[in-house]
Amino acid sequence: MSYARDVGALTRKDLLLELRARDTLPAMLLFVAAVFVVFHFALPATPSRLATTGLLWVAILFTALLALGRAFVPEREQRMFDGLVLAPCDRSAIWLAKSLATLAFLAAAEVVALPLYALFFHRVGGATVLAVVLADVGICAVGTFLGAMAVATRARDLLLPLLFLPLAVPIVVGAVGGSVSHAPGRYLAFLGLYDLLFAVICWASFEFVVAE
Amino acid sequence: MLTAQRLGKRYGDRRVLRGIDLDLPRGGFLVVTGPNGSGKTTLLRICAGLATPSEGKVERAAGRAEIGYLGHEPLVYRELSALENLELYGRLYRVPERRERIGMLLERFGLWEVRHERVASYSRGMTQRLALCRVLLHDPALLVLDEPYTALDEAGAELLDMQLAELRRERTFLVSTHDPARLEPLAEARLALA
Repeated sequence: MSYARDVGALTRKDLLLELRARDTLPAMLLFVAAVFVVFHFALPATPSRLATTGLLWVAILFTALLALGRAFVPEREQRMFDGLVLAPCDRSAIWLAKSLATLAFLAAAEVVALPLYALFFHRVGGATVLAVVLADVGICAVGTFLGAMAVATRARDLLLPLLFLPLAVPIVVGAVGGSVSHAPGRYLAFLGLYDLLFAVICWASFEFVVAE
Repeated sequence: MLTAQRLGKRYGDRRVLRGIDLDLPRGGFLVVTGPNGSGKTTLLRICAGLATPSEGKVERAAGRAEIGYLGHEPLVYRELSALENLELYGRLYRVPERRERIGMLLERFGLWEVRHERVASYSRGMTQRLALCRVLLHDPALLVLDEPYTALDEAGAELLDMQLAELRRERTFLVSTHDPARLEPLAEARLALA
């Protein structure tokens, strides 16, 4: 119960910081809208559903990368990791709270992105929405973990995409499969399994990421 | 409360600390002095549990909940208000009667009137006062203070003198400073790093 309270306090802090600074969400919204507008004019008049589904997932992935790259900026700039690491709460609560806050930003960006995609390209089906939800969980869990690792290094802006994109390939495979397949069940199950596996790994090993 | 044996720390090829022995009993007050780059901050970070030594070992009788650490950074979020920062720490440290304690500390350190303003709008001295509120919030048994007088004006420094004198008998202190004379009335032991 106290773990949930710690996660709640830390998530609230991250949401409050974004509400004040407005560093992340506006950039994500502008980026994802710009991608769809550019591809709307760059692609042929009637692009195939397969091609635009791929485009949707690339847009979601890179929009998430924007949020992940900024996730630990307040902690880095103000050395706040020291304060959080010293607190007597389980250190995985820092990862979980940051993942939940990033998930909220990504979901907010997708609330705009999915209707835009439908407007410019093709209708978004129920399986795609479910794939988005499951993929978001994996993206935020793994990306937040890697973001915390990258933030401690000098080459953090380069390191995060280099570490994250290869690990996101299974998410893209599952998500695109779930979006275009006539039997999306196994792809969605694969996404769920990925989420579970990586969430447990990140949760259990975050302690070592923040220890100096 | 805190013992260290043959403590050493390296960052790559650079040796920052070497062969430090410490024995700080409960209720002790150790003042650490030394020129810039002598390893004071590194020593305090190791003692607080924020860094691991490359050599030797540290034993603390205090858990994380019982340590109050003041470093070179105030460890508060600049986009949040003083109240929001202390609320966050109060929750994480499970401070009983949190609101009352926060109010008392903000009053004592002269920040009550600006409690709703963002820390980004504070002067360096006000931010240091807030950092002291953060350190004292959970009433720690071991206080590790790295140059706590930094940026404080005379009124702030006197306030800190009073706080330290008040807590002196009940708490254990490890304090680094460039002004050992200020802490002379309180100091029980001294460690000079070269």
